[in-house]
Amino acid sequence: MTLEEILFYIFAAGGIISALLVVTRRNPIISAIYLIVNFFCLAGIYLTLHAQFIAVIQILVYAGAIMVLFVFVIMLLNLGNESLLRDGFTWKKVAAGGLGFGVLMELIYIFMMQIGTPSIEMERATNVGTVEAIGRVLFTRFLFPFEVTSLLLTAAIVGAIVLAKKKLD
Amino acid sequence: MVPLQAYLILSAIMFIIGAMGVVTRRNAIIVFLSIELMLNSVNLTLVAFSAFFGDATGQVLVFFVMTLAAAEAAVGLAIVIALFRRKQTINLDEINIMKW
Repeated sequence: MTLEEILFYIFAAGGIISALLVVTRRNPIISAIYLIVNFFCLAGIYLTLHAQFIAVIQILVYAGAIMVLFVFVIMLLNLGNESLLRDGFTWKKVAAGGLGFGVLMELIYIFMMQIGTPSIEMERATNVGTVEAIGRVLFTRFLFPFEVTSLLLTAAIVGAIVLAKKKLD
Repeated sequence: MVPLQAYLILSAIMFIIGAMGVVTRRNAIIVFLSIELMLNSVNLTLVAFSAFFGDATGQVLVFFVMTLAAAEAAVGLAIVIALFRRKQTINLDEINIMKW
């Protein structure tokens, strides 16, 4: 077993366990902290795929910016009655779990069908994940989508301010 | 050497966990966190394919998905705050004014 495989399996186990904890914890702040753990595990997996830029962005933007927003809102809402939100055992949940398990098995079956599995080429993969390579593609082929992204973010900022404002006048 | 299937299966497991969270939980914040989980599992698929095929397009798409996630989190959390201000709850079962 190479170091790469060992790291992948450690990060994969960490990612799955933290994902389960995000979904099952009752307190939203604990869920948010486990989601940050999950983001760090994913960043590690991105590094095993030689995607350095995405790994750094994952931690900076997701674990940094977006999760701060979440934690801030959880603290702002000041939820006192968490016990009222306790969701117990219902048959709906059993049905949802069964359906989810079925879909998961189907997906795994499709992935395991051997259809020309490509093998990772170390030099090419290392060249793809750098800031230079991604920047080159982003500012040539994807220049227009990149510019439209700024419009999306402006709309999101305006929408968030309008929605969260105290009184619409 | 980790095969491509391992990355895809890990991504599928995390996506299904996130989908289960969206379907079964009633706390609006945890539903949002589950949506972030699902977006991230899709990002993992894109990065895995990008690395295995040696094409940077997948990683550029991840960049756009992250932008979208930021916009979605900002607007969604603003909606949660507005709802909480009106109804003093974030229990999704009690927010049913548009339910037919």
